[in-house]
Amino acid sequence: MPGFTALTSSSPDSLVDLATLQLDDARALLEHDAQNGDREAGESATQYLQRVINGLCDLSLKDPLTGLGNRRHFHGALSRAIETVARSGDSVLLLLLDIDHFKSINDTHGHLAGDQVLRALSACLARCVRPVDTVARYGGEEFAVILPHCRPAFGRTVAERIRASVAALAIDIAPLQSISATLSIGGAYAPEWVRSTPELWIERADQQLYRAKTEGRNRVCIEQPRELAVSAEEKGLLFSQLELDELALPDMAPARVNT
Amino acid sequence: MNPTLAPAAPDTPETLPVQPIGKVVAVTSGKGGVGKTFVSANLAAALAKRGLRVLVLDADLGLANLDVVLNLYPKLTLHDVFTGKATLDEAILPAPGGFSVLLAGSGMVEYSRLTPEVRGEFLRVVHSLVPRFDVIVLDTGAGISDVVLFAVSLASEVLMVATPEPTSLTDAYATIKVLVGQQQRDRIRLIVNQTTRAGSGVAITHQLQQVLDRFVVGSLGRPFTLSHLGDIPADPEVRQAVMKRQLLMQSLPGCPAATALTQIARTLAEKFASKPG
Repeated sequence: MPGFTALTSSSPDSLVDLATLQLDDARALLEHDAQNGDREAGESATQYLQRVINGLCDLSLKDPLTGLGNRRHFHGALSRAIETVARSGDSVLLLLLDIDHFKSINDTHGHLAGDQVLRALSACLARCVRPVDTVARYGGEEFAVILPHCRPAFGRTVAERIRASVAALAIDIAPLQSISATLSIGGAYAPEWVRSTPELWIERADQQLYRAKTEGRNRVCIEQPRELAVSAEEKGLLFSQLELDELALPDMAPARVNT
Repeated sequence: MNPTLAPAAPDTPETLPVQPIGKVVAVTSGKGGVGKTFVSANLAAALAKRGLRVLVLDADLGLANLDVVLNLYPKLTLHDVFTGKATLDEAILPAPGGFSVLLAGSGMVEYSRLTPEVRGEFLRVVHSLVPRFDVIVLDTGAGISDVVLFAVSLASEVLMVATPEPTSLTDAYATIKVLVGQQQRDRIRLIVNQTTRAGSGVAITHQLQQVLDRFVVGSLGRPFTLSHLGDIPADPEVRQAVMKRQLLMQSLPGCPAATALTQIARTLAEKFASKPG
């Protein structure tokens, strides 16, 4: 706080008089988030204001407890993913993750322990994904992960890795006391080349999350990709024994079976 | 579907898993254009001839064409029942073959996605139909969309229609795989439509069963049976009846395809006779 008033009026690059602005709250918020809220040496008033605004924007997208993106951040990322998918046909997977029996963790060990579980799981989620992925705290004990460029064959692997990593975690909640927690994970791919809506996409992932819960928790359910997956091996066996005249197409040579 | 697992997440009754209903038969296919609706309508007529009270429900919500097959264009449809503009009684129509129909109507495009509301409405309609009919035939869409899977999940008997073409069989196989995996089904019945020689349906069923045993059933830990319900021979009369928008069972009840459908209805009626509604 001290120091900038002297610079303000002499700063030629700005019509803004910082001294007249009520920046105390903004500065306090930034300091609380371990960002420098003071004007730095050599920083023009405009540059400083821009940095404050950027810092506040960052804060508005962050979940204070876990440091992950918050729901607002998630919705922004999801909308961008929908635009990308609509134009590129990229394969994007949305995962919704919910801590199993979180209420009983809170009830048994107290809310501070619950917060510790949320923080530990968040750090674990962030470690499990790529920098290009988005991890956000969606609600109380619910998280969301957006995985762009994620082919259907890999989606389950990633989700399983997250599930197993979290289940293996020993979370310290007090000296010499650690507990474990599990996640149920539901996932759905954005329909390729189609502009979905956040609501529809979330709802589909949520249905899978619900399935994961009803099927016993600590598991991954991903919506069946819409293409009907039949391997070349299956097709081979499907048609190998059938005599060609069983089939209506008389010219069905074996070479065409695997197309 | 496992009744021993209590629902864990709080949710509305509409989104809870459903149990198959004894009287409900789903007619489905892996791929479109294999004669699903033709089978549904004519099978319903054949069952009605046996004295059963039959209703066909147009469950291909997005792409329904039972109206085209039956040449019926009613004012009030399932769409109006869903939106509360019509009662069930107003929307149920008598079809030419002596059975009843509940047609989807053009407004159904908006129901092509399975929201909890659509699911709830659909369940409500089916449950109110159950006490009034002996058999309810769900003419579903093709493939594994949410709506199709949901409609099929209501049925105690699933009839998979396929033609003997490789694409149709591959898609039928893939769909059976999904149904077996997701719905814990232990039996699906295969109807092979447009066969060109005797015995091909049996051979196809046997072959599909072998591939299922090898790639699907092994990991299930429970048996699954694909039963051959019947073949409907390729029959020029079928095309003529379809073009004239007539039911084969009515216009040409003695032709080979109609005879096959009568036989399929007999087998199916026996299954229903031996099982409490």
